[in-house]
Amino acid sequence: MLSSRTLSSYFKTQALFAETFLQNNRLDHVTQLMGYHPQYLDPFLRTQNYILKGDGPLPFDYRHYIAIMASARHRCTYLVKLQIQEFLRQEGNKEWLNGLHQVPQKLRDLDELNKILAHQPWLFNKSHIEKLTKGKDNWSLSEVIHAIILLAHFHCLSTFVFGCGINPEIDLNEGHTFQHVTVPCNTQAINDCDSTQVDDVGVELLMLKMKTISEQHEESTQEERLMCFQKEQNQSAELISGFDNMSLPKSDVQRYTSDPDFSYQDFARHREASEITTFRIQDYSWEDHGFSLLNRLYNDAGTFLDEKFKIAYDMTYHRMGSKNNVDTSTFRRAIWNYIQCLYGIRHDDYNYKEVNELLEKNLKTNIKTLCCYPERTTKSDYDNVMREFRHSEKVHVNIMMLEARMQAELLYALRAIMRYMT
Amino acid sequence: MVFQDHKRSVNKVCFHTIEPHILLSGSQDGTMKCFDLRKKEASSTFYSLSESVRDVKFSPHHYFLFAAVQENGNVQIWDMRRTDRYEKQFTAHTGPVFTCDWHPEERRWLATGGRDKTIKIWDLSMKPMVEHCIQTIASVARIKWRPQQKFHIASCSLVIDFTINVWDIRRPFVPLAAFNEHKDVSTGFAWHHEPHIILSTSKDSTLYLHVFKDAIRPADHANPIGLDISCYGDISYAASNKIVRNGRSSFKGESYSSTKLPVFFRKHPSASDQFRSAVSSIFVFKNDGDKFLSMTWFIESARRYILSGRSFAELCEHNASVASDLQRPHVAQTWRILKLLYNAVPNLGAEHSWGVPSVGSISEMLKGIERDEAFDNSQEGSKSSRHNSGNTFKNRHQSGSKQSSRHVSGGTGNGVATTDRPDTSGATDNSTDSEESDNDKTITNIASGLGNTQGDFFFGDGETDQLMGFQCTLSQAPTIDSAQDWNLPGEAFQPRHPIKDCSPPPELDNAPSSPTSFDEDYIETKSMVGINGEVYDYTKLLMTPEVPSSPAWVFNDVIVDMLHYFAAQGDVQMCVSVLLVLGERFKGFVDETTQEQWFHSYIEILSCFQLWNVANKVISLSTISSISSLNQQSTTIHTLCGNCRRQMTRIGWFCDRCKIMPTQCSVCHQAVRGLYAWCQGCAHGGHLQHIQEWLQYHPWCPTGCGHLCEYT
Repeated sequence: MLSSRTLSSYFKTQALFAETFLQNNRLDHVTQLMGYHPQYLDPFLRTQNYILKGDGPLPFDYRHYIAIMASARHRCTYLVKLQIQEFLRQEGNKEWLNGLHQVPQKLRDLDELNKILAHQPWLFNKSHIEKLTKGKDNWSLSEVIHAIILLAHFHCLSTFVFGCGINPEIDLNEGHTFQHVTVPCNTQAINDCDSTQVDDVGVELLMLKMKTISEQHEESTQEERLMCFQKEQNQSAELISGFDNMSLPKSDVQRYTSDPDFSYQDFARHREASEITTFRIQDYSWEDHGFSLLNRLYNDAGTFLDEKFKIAYDMTYHRMGSKNNVDTSTFRRAIWNYIQCLYGIRHDDYNYKEVNELLEKNLKTNIKTLCCYPERTTKSDYDNVMREFRHSEKVHVNIMMLEARMQAELLYALRAIMRYMT
Repeated sequence: MVFQDHKRSVNKVCFHTIEPHILLSGSQDGTMKCFDLRKKEASSTFYSLSESVRDVKFSPHHYFLFAAVQENGNVQIWDMRRTDRYEKQFTAHTGPVFTCDWHPEERRWLATGGRDKTIKIWDLSMKPMVEHCIQTIASVARIKWRPQQKFHIASCSLVIDFTINVWDIRRPFVPLAAFNEHKDVSTGFAWHHEPHIILSTSKDSTLYLHVFKDAIRPADHANPIGLDISCYGDISYAASNKIVRNGRSSFKGESYSSTKLPVFFRKHPSASDQFRSAVSSIFVFKNDGDKFLSMTWFIESARRYILSGRSFAELCEHNASVASDLQRPHVAQTWRILKLLYNAVPNLGAEHSWGVPSVGSISEMLKGIERDEAFDNSQEGSKSSRHNSGNTFKNRHQSGSKQSSRHVSGGTGNGVATTDRPDTSGATDNSTDSEESDNDKTITNIASGLGNTQGDFFFGDGETDQLMGFQCTLSQAPTIDSAQDWNLPGEAFQPRHPIKDCSPPPELDNAPSSPTSFDEDYIETKSMVGINGEVYDYTKLLMTPEVPSSPAWVFNDVIVDMLHYFAAQGDVQMCVSVLLVLGERFKGFVDETTQEQWFHSYIEILSCFQLWNVANKVISLSTISSISSLNQQSTTIHTLCGNCRRQMTRIGWFCDRCKIMPTQCSVCHQAVRGLYAWCQGCAHGGHLQHIQEWLQYHPWCPTGCGHLCEYT
């Protein structure tokens, strides 16, 4: 039996699917998977449609080429191929697809930005903007903003694609029908058998911890909190080490990028080495500053993104694994803040000890891999984390990764633009 | 003393205005807490039911009231004694509200500022209403009323803009004063107790003490200027006297004459009003017939083009003559070519397949068809000539008022012409109508020709017209037939010019007209036979040799190119007119969205020139559904209840207030939803059909009111 609530969300998903199909002539796997969360899917599709097909300063072929560049940064062949199709549909120049050396200088200039935003957004500063906006065939500021949103969107979408192990579309290479299906059609049935098979110890433990955290009132000073934050960062730095980037197979999508070895470096190490300081969310928050600036330069985009962030942050079903009526806000907040912590963004009203208590080590490793090196994710990574959780909840966490990371990238970028403007 | 009660960061704290030990805090966790400094913990907690509280402020006028503004755009008014529920809540902004401030003196006013770049002044005395609204250039971070100045409020913004602006809420467009010493975003400011000193802090790590007289007055640097261009090419321009005096306003271009309009009103600023008053002058530059800017050709052709209601060839010919009249040979030629291209093929085919039986019978048939249109044509004809000149325009008014006298004067006019000098009457007709369309000319010729019973004259003249191509002949035949039908009004109409010019003698009105017109009818019918005979010969002669060599040339693409050419030239009028005239002949060659654009722009330009009738005609003639339904939208006429005089908005035949059906049929006592017939004598009525039936058998009103109704 389906409750009326699931039924209404079922119909909402169906309506959204129909709309997507009409707009894109296909129902891509990303959309299908996000169909678990129609509440989020709706603003997601609207945003994606707006930045790719709506009013905006950039021409359409540019938009798709930028999307290709961004996805290629994380070697996400799936997105690259989809975007190549779109690019050709917009009558983009075929020669551009041969690689970065064939494209106009203007697009090539964006590569530097792409690289930094994808891996080390804290390096992004106003000199980058200056470089783009000065000189021959320069970028206008609203074009830069548009490009940055596209880049961030596709970087983070790559995270999602890898995080959920999305298969190529049927019409793409290697995307034949008779493959092992990761996206079951009948979600309800799978969810049911999922939750019965595994024991719920993990979830119960987590709930207990959440309860204690929400009850206790720890007295801590600013200094202590800062220590916690830094400790968290240092810990996360130790999570993944000794992974050789070169061991990844060479991919043909790399022709859309340069400097393939440039990758994420732990923010903690960076801080020791240079004068780059922690980004305090109080100084430059999305709700106050980011939104105001963005809406000024690229109208409506701010509103769309704001809605998307808000829903991604607030969405809950009061459910965890097989347990119902759970207040998941502490857990969600821990994930969100942990992701932004990886990028050196600090919420100074947050006690980072909570992260340590709520997120077990392999979940943290998983989050870090996905946000920083999504291309290294394997299927076992997906299977091994959050064992007691449903598929839909894993997708939920992936959505949060997408959004938290995107917000982090945009915050750095927008701060740089604000500094450039003033 | 440290309070640690909130789960997340505290956005704002506020001390009570009277009690020094009461402190209120609003936090990111969505709660507000009230602290008593004499105690160690929060004395009460208020749950706002939103994600975060951005600002809290105690009311200076009411001991227990405070305002709280939220991230979701809501403003809540709380009573400290009640912790479970707010007193009042309303949505003030789209997006977060960052700040609020009670007016220090005016009890009703609360000012709020938010991310949507507005400062709003709310009147809270009744239902919250926006009293004033100020648009700023960036998100508003802080606002504060200026002490002792009722209408002044200061604001600083969150990003981009570093200045602290002081606004007069009655002049919301330009700040009254601005302090822009800061090099980064200002984070906060406070008024000294007197209104002339303001203290501000900023992210650039400085603190400034400003004195009001140092402030920049942006209004002094703003030069009020307004400029607009009318659709006729006139330019009007208003500028502050300061600029006008400094540099004498000059305008390049010979075709413009400038006039300075007198200043209509001047607002005298009161002494207390610190706002700068600006005196401006208005100049109007009239466009004196610059050929390139003048749009008379557009208006004229919009009025005179005929788009439907006649045969294709006639329409083309008429429109061509309109165009050439307006010195647009290019367009005229296009119309003629269109006529050539499209008229040739179908007519020839038809003619050929019949194997030229007797044109007499064809013209009979055509006559039958044409007769239906004859009435329209006669109207069209008179309409087209009506627009010829201002002179005729005036005439129309007169003749419109006394329709009967028009016929009379026409008849006698012709009578005079025939009796006096038949030859010159034709000549005068031609000369007076020289500016008229060719088609009309032909008709006039027919008319005069018939009047003089000289068929040859017509054909002699007609041939020059028909040098264009033989295919006109067939279409000319209906012209004759239709002329036959409607030449009486036409004829009556044309010779009116000379008469009007020499102010008709009074006896003309009394002159017996009917015999003459009967005579004419007689003559016409007789002459028609002759004409038809002539036509027969004529068509036969020209038809037979040409038919086999009919070119199978696909010219639709050329037409598409031509339409696009006109569109590129900015002449959508031509595009739309051609599309309408071609109609079915040219369906599906131009894609619908382009057509729609053309229609839309043409209609827009037409309404610019207030040519509503033409626009409406274009709309109703259009075959594109989105266009043709344009004039059916957004016009709703509500029925009025006869009892309470209220509009019946919900259902058209039932009054919600009186609970009655005001439109009851007096025969069947049901509500009438369609046509309602009512007697003007007793005001009773009902279904048209029922009333009709009733009054067939009864002379009285069906209600029994005793009135003798009459149905006509």
